[in-house]
Amino acid sequence: MSSLRALGAGQCGPANGPAFAVDTLVKANDPVNGEYRLMVLEAPPSVLDCQPGQFFHLLCPATGTDQPFLRRPMSIYGYSAEAGELEFLYKVTGAGTRGLATLQPGDRLNVLGPLGRGFTMAPDWQNLLLLARGVGLATLAPLAQEARRRGRNLVAICSARHDDVLMSVERFRGLGAEVIPVTDAAGTSSVEHLRELIEDRIARGEVDAIYTCGSNRLLKLAQELGAAHGIPGEIALEQQMACGLGMCQCCVRPFNRDGVITQERVCREGPVFGIREAMAW
Amino acid sequence: MVSLATRIGDLRLKNPIMPASGTFSEDLADVLDLSRLGAHVTKTITEEMRGGNPTPRVCELPGAMLNSIGIPSKGVQHFIDHVIPFYDRYDVPLVVSISAHSADDFARLCETISVPGVAAIEVNISCPNIEEDGKAFALRPATTFVVMEKMRGATDLPLWAKLSPNTGEPSEVAQAAEAAGADALVVSNTLLAMAIDIESRRPKLGNLMGGLSGPSLKPVALRMAYQCAKSVSIPVIGCGGISTVEDVVEYLIAGARAVQVGTATFIDPGAMTRLLDGLEAFLRRTGIDDLDDLVGSVRDEVAIMEVAP
Repeated sequence: MSSLRALGAGQCGPANGPAFAVDTLVKANDPVNGEYRLMVLEAPPSVLDCQPGQFFHLLCPATGTDQPFLRRPMSIYGYSAEAGELEFLYKVTGAGTRGLATLQPGDRLNVLGPLGRGFTMAPDWQNLLLLARGVGLATLAPLAQEARRRGRNLVAICSARHDDVLMSVERFRGLGAEVIPVTDAAGTSSVEHLRELIEDRIARGEVDAIYTCGSNRLLKLAQELGAAHGIPGEIALEQQMACGLGMCQCCVRPFNRDGVITQERVCREGPVFGIREAMAW
Repeated sequence: MVSLATRIGDLRLKNPIMPASGTFSEDLADVLDLSRLGAHVTKTITEEMRGGNPTPRVCELPGAMLNSIGIPSKGVQHFIDHVIPFYDRYDVPLVVSISAHSADDFARLCETISVPGVAAIEVNISCPNIEEDGKAFALRPATTFVVMEKMRGATDLPLWAKLSPNTGEPSEVAQAAEAAGADALVVSNTLLAMAIDIESRRPKLGNLMGGLSGPSLKPVALRMAYQCAKSVSIPVIGCGGISTVEDVVEYLIAGARAVQVGTATFIDPGAMTRLLDGLEAFLRRTGIDDLDDLVGSVRDEVAIMEVAP
């Protein structure tokens, strides 16, 4: 199978390994604040060889009024082969997530994954800067785990409307990251302020790479800072999906590759892309 | 020993389960053992490179989905250089789906794609998206005949005509395809459909309209497969809304010699092998040794007797 897989993914760079559709067992599924819920699944080892930035395609249950027909892609919030656990942090926004929110401990959930190409961490990227807002923070959380494993320094700038929906701060801190919370309520989340803050650190030689997710404004900021200071970066992107495997060609987004606009599949060539080629939406 | 083998013209398939075009690619090898399938049917390719339609390209409905992907294609040369070699390693017939804007372009592409490694050509003369207002060759018998005849002169490979449920003349279109030299009919493609968001009042697809697929389409496509099987002597391959083994058996009884599974794979990537195992179990349970005994076994004389005085 491995030789076939490598050929199949030939145009998408390195393959991320096999994917499986498996039943998992819900261990917990509780609100973490007024908007988001954390779901912990007991998952078999076959699907726990994940990379930060990868996602799963979830077969969300039907409820009384909602009958989600397609699976729903969701980025991984946490994974642990040792604990046999897979975590998702999600906001209830539609038929799929409404269904997820009804799951109780002991219920089953079929998941397909891990899917897509995750974040890379070049050997000379010793000082990592995470820049994310809202649920984008969930997507970047596994990076902190990986940074710690590889002994990299990590600073996480966590942006939100107000403190109550500022997520993952404790998780980042627990993984040894320096966390800089910024909120609209405190007036600290403006692009101007963030630019100043990050440029200070760049001047001190403390930023080798920038990772972002979940915000158009933060993408543009990361692109501008990257171009001005020669700092590489990556972004995890979202798009509506049908198959999640690359077959249906539904989830394309435009990318600017040295002036040429190309359509790439978020599920297969992504969801992680280089910051330079990503296009604001 | 139960035999799942079937014949589509001169082509022998080890079983009747194959993917529907557009819902299958090399990528599925990550999750599914592709060697178990009766045939491999590729996503439609065009001669030239195409970008495809604007997003959103898919929308979800109860028991169905709409798509308007727009046949993005890396072109025929890329396909010959990169895709055919991938499938060479499997002992499974490769069926290449093609589309074009004119009968001459269709014929030229048939000629170009008639290369070693290709077992049959499925001609997508029914895709509702590629031409304006969803018009396609397969809507009318006359246009079907012209394009199929041109292609028949351009290749010796088996030609499978993929028909459209958007026609009001399914039997006549099927007969036109047969008369022009088609080796088999694939019945059917998606049904032209639409969905509108009532808050924004925007169509839910970037291309405004698109093709309906999934379980909701099955009764329509099954009816058409039945009509076509009754009208021609070439094999019919059933396609539309298949997600359970009962669906597969229903198409076979209606007259299909094989079936294509599409949208179901998006929800369960293991759908095709699950259906294959389920079909074998069904044949065992019902004491049928040979798939052929099921094909076209619909007891439709009953309905006729009921309306008799």
